[in-house]
Amino acid sequence: MTDAAFTLTIDGTVVAAKPGQTIMEAADAAGIYIPRLCDHQGLRHQGGCRVCTVKAAGRSVAACTQPAAPGLAVENETPHLHALRRDLVEMLFHEGNHLCPICEASGNCELQAMAYRLGMIEPSKFPYLEPTRPVDASHPDIALDTNRCISCGRCIRASEDVDGKGVFGYVGRGIHRRVAVDGADLAHTDAALSDHAVSADVCPVGCIIRKREGFRVPIGERDFDHHLIGETIAEKRR
Amino acid sequence: MHAQAELPDQVADEACARVGNDRHRLLDVLLTVQHRCRWIAPAAIDRIAARLGLTALAVRGVASFYSFLSLEPRGHITIRLCDDIIDRHAGYDGVLAAFEDALGIRLGGISADGAVSLDATPCIGLCDQAPAAMVNDVVLAGLTPERARDAARALKAGARPEDLVSPVFDSLSAHERVRAAVANNIRLSGDVLLGEVPREAGLRRALALTPEQIIAAITASGLRGCGGAGFPAGRKWEAAAREAAARRFIICNADEGEPGTFKDRVLLTERPHLLIEGMTIAARAVGAREGILYLRGEYAYLRDHLEAVLAERRAAGLLGVGILGTPGFDFDIRLQLGAGAYICGEEGALISSCEGLRGEPKTRPPFPVQRGYLGFPTVVNSVETLCHAARILDRGPEWFFAMGTPGSHGTKLFSVSGDCRAPGIYELPYGVSVQELLHLAGAEDAAAVQVGGPSGVMIGRDSFHRQLSFDDLATGGAIIVFSGARNILEIVDYYLSFFVHESCGYCTPCRVGNVFLREAIAKFRNGHANAEDVAYLRSLSATIIETSRCGLGTTSPNPVLSTLAHFPLVYSVVTKPSDDGLQATFDIQSAIENARGIAKRRSFVFDRDFSQ
Ligand SMILES: Cc1cc2nc3c(=O)[nH]c(=O)nc-3n(C[C@H](O)[C@H](O)[C@H](O)COP(=O)(O)O)c2cc1C
Ligand code: SF4
Ligand code: SF4
Ligand code: SF4
Ligand code: FES
Ligand code: FES
Repeated sequence: MTDAAFTLTIDGTVVAAKPGQTIMEAADAAGIYIPRLCDHQGLRHQGGCRVCTVKAAGRSVAACTQPAAPGLAVENETPHLHALRRDLVEMLFHEGNHLCPICEASGNCELQAMAYRLGMIEPSKFPYLEPTRPVDASHPDIALDTNRCISCGRCIRASEDVDGKGVFGYVGRGIHRRVAVDGADLAHTDAALSDHAVSADVCPVGCIIRKREGFRVPIGERDFDHHLIGETIAEKRR
Repeated sequence: MHAQAELPDQVADEACARVGNDRHRLLDVLLTVQHRCRWIAPAAIDRIAARLGLTALAVRGVASFYSFLSLEPRGHITIRLCDDIIDRHAGYDGVLAAFEDALGIRLGGISADGAVSLDATPCIGLCDQAPAAMVNDVVLAGLTPERARDAARALKAGARPEDLVSPVFDSLSAHERVRAAVANNIRLSGDVLLGEVPREAGLRRALALTPEQIIAAITASGLRGCGGAGFPAGRKWEAAAREAAARRFIICNADEGEPGTFKDRVLLTERPHLLIEGMTIAARAVGAREGILYLRGEYAYLRDHLEAVLAERRAAGLLGVGILGTPGFDFDIRLQLGAGAYICGEEGALISSCEGLRGEPKTRPPFPVQRGYLGFPTVVNSVETLCHAARILDRGPEWFFAMGTPGSHGTKLFSVSGDCRAPGIYELPYGVSVQELLHLAGAEDAAAVQVGGPSGVMIGRDSFHRQLSFDDLATGGAIIVFSGARNILEIVDYYLSFFVHESCGYCTPCRVGNVFLREAIAKFRNGHANAEDVAYLRSLSATIIETSRCGLGTTSPNPVLSTLAHFPLVYSVVTKPSDDGLQATFDIQSAIENARGIAKRRSFVFDRDFSQ
């Protein structure tokens, strides 16, 4: 492989890319937003939520892990992909317990914002799984409420790769796969407020909560109260 | 009565020492601890973590992934009864009741003294002799309630599981022990695998060829992967050989997890030398010095037999340094035992498992031939593919190419089970029709056939003329026969439960979507579904298939979609008109009568044999 830059198209727009870049990275650099939940700036790709599904050369792939390739024709904003993504976001809602009106993350939450962006306005056709998961409030500064966890693994990768710790990890298989902590509870881990893993923007939902910071920014003045998720990326193109 | 459990931290120490404290061997360590302590206790987890330089959470993450590893105590004798649909049709309920009754415990339970526990598990590869069970590392096949009761009583009275297999178990060779437990039911031997096979003929010919010539021969033969996907074997070997790398690996996939498939069990028992010969030829072709034989945990009873074969070959100079006196041709194989996870048959997940990780598929690209085990180029082939390869080297690519169909050359092992008189293994050239195979197996009553296991398709009589090949009906080899007396929706429901149980949980559509799909089928079974639910089944299936990350999720809706396509009446007769009144005048009997004429079948609910 050579290091020469090349181009691909996303919904017909010509986009420059470098070898080694994923479709999503090339899109981001060009100011084209591809919806995502498990992928996060500065962290290794997981490719688990599948919300970034695009069609590349006619095949459905995850944009966050699929390498960009010369001449590739990528579809991103199509009604078909929109419907798939909405199904996936609805699945994540129904898998856990989400009561937005009483959630500290409301307005800053990427799941909620994605639901708005994808027009998830009617009641969903899916059943609710209503799991029972205890809240871990043992740590003096941090609480963990996995009722809202979407299994994105961002906390896991941030703790392992950025903090060098391994506070969070997956246990179980299938629908029982869960995020757990390395200890009897959070208080028995080496988690600290200074960890990247517990910084405000790593957990996309209201799962990892920094105590005593709640509602500092009033609802109505939060990130996604004023703009759609993805707008900061799309702004680059203007 | 039973030996006292050993101290978990001591066992953990020994297990870690045995693998040189190599964290990539975590699965072996956990299997040893499970085997000796009957569970992975917190003390063992802490000790393993300290020894291998991992967090306790990482160890727990792996231990909690595999069905045969347990974070709660299991019995010194662990009974696992196959609860697949085939076994249910063959008397599972009676066998389970007999075990529960004689052991005094319920399914999922453990006796108060910790002596025995009783669990259910998906297919253990004994479908031709269901109902079947694992008892620690031995298997019991062809169970009846009487045999189950006798076995339970004997175990309670202090018998070892081995004693149930044979009263002279200890005096048998490793191969004889396997034979004593399991009948192979080879019903039809073809020319390639199950007929007369001369020892090492392919390997000797390979030694006279260059690696490029070996690959050219495999490519010219038309051999395609027999594990299900049908990828051309020659191209896979060529891709791995082409990569610049310090190490390369050959992995044999003996995970055989697809319910209804048991051909690898038979090859591993009857053709183990041919398999290792094939791996050795592959090693020569791609320049690999190390190999792994990944044996599913359900086949633990084959381990001693396979280790004996490996030892025999090392002693004969067929493995190790300078194979058959060829300087520079070094290759050896380690056996990796799995621990109860269907997903570990997927090649990326299999590699993760070999690396001591949770058995999750890897992101592709890179593909295993580029970056596989420990990041090195790795060829993963199924047992059957590797056996074929050895035969191709012996008899030449033209011989193999001449058999089968234009897109599928050679022979295929079909694992036939379910409602037929002669369940077992049939070796036939590709292109044989379902009808011919059913005839051979004595399955005149067949009303539905599941081709390729749950991830394949279910077809009805109007499709029995179709050919088994990559050009028409592709299959990894499972042919599960259902008579007209069987409940199609119960089968679909079971298969969805299987996928829910076996999904690794990595990606949203498969982890969550399959649970929804199962709930939707339950609605049909309970008679609460209406016409919109059929559309819902289709759209949910489409989302799961299109967005899933690996082959499990892209095939898990197949039981739903193929029965909707081939047995629409099964759904329509249990579908109620919806509340909106639009279908209030819908008359089910006249609709069925109409459809009966079109489909040339009768209703499954209202007529006993729904497909006549
Ligand atoms: C969920 C899943 C389970 C699989 N199980 C097996 C298996 O048990 N045995 C097997 O040989 N291949 C299995 N495969 C296919 C493997 O990923 C891989 O394609 C195969 O081992 C390659 O060998 P082959 O080319 O010789 O067929 C499975 C694939 C998936 C997606
Ligand atoms: S985590 Fe997000 S989606 Fe869930 S309840 Fe909170 S705001 Fe709503
Ligand atoms: S806790 Fe938050 S960051 Fe971690 S996996 Fe769950 S949703 Fe993602
Ligand atoms: S499709 Fe299923 S088995 Fe495959 S990665 Fe996704 S969750 Fe795991
Ligand atoms: S963002 Fe690509 S799979 Fe989650
Ligand atoms: S062993 Fe029970 S179905 Fe295969």
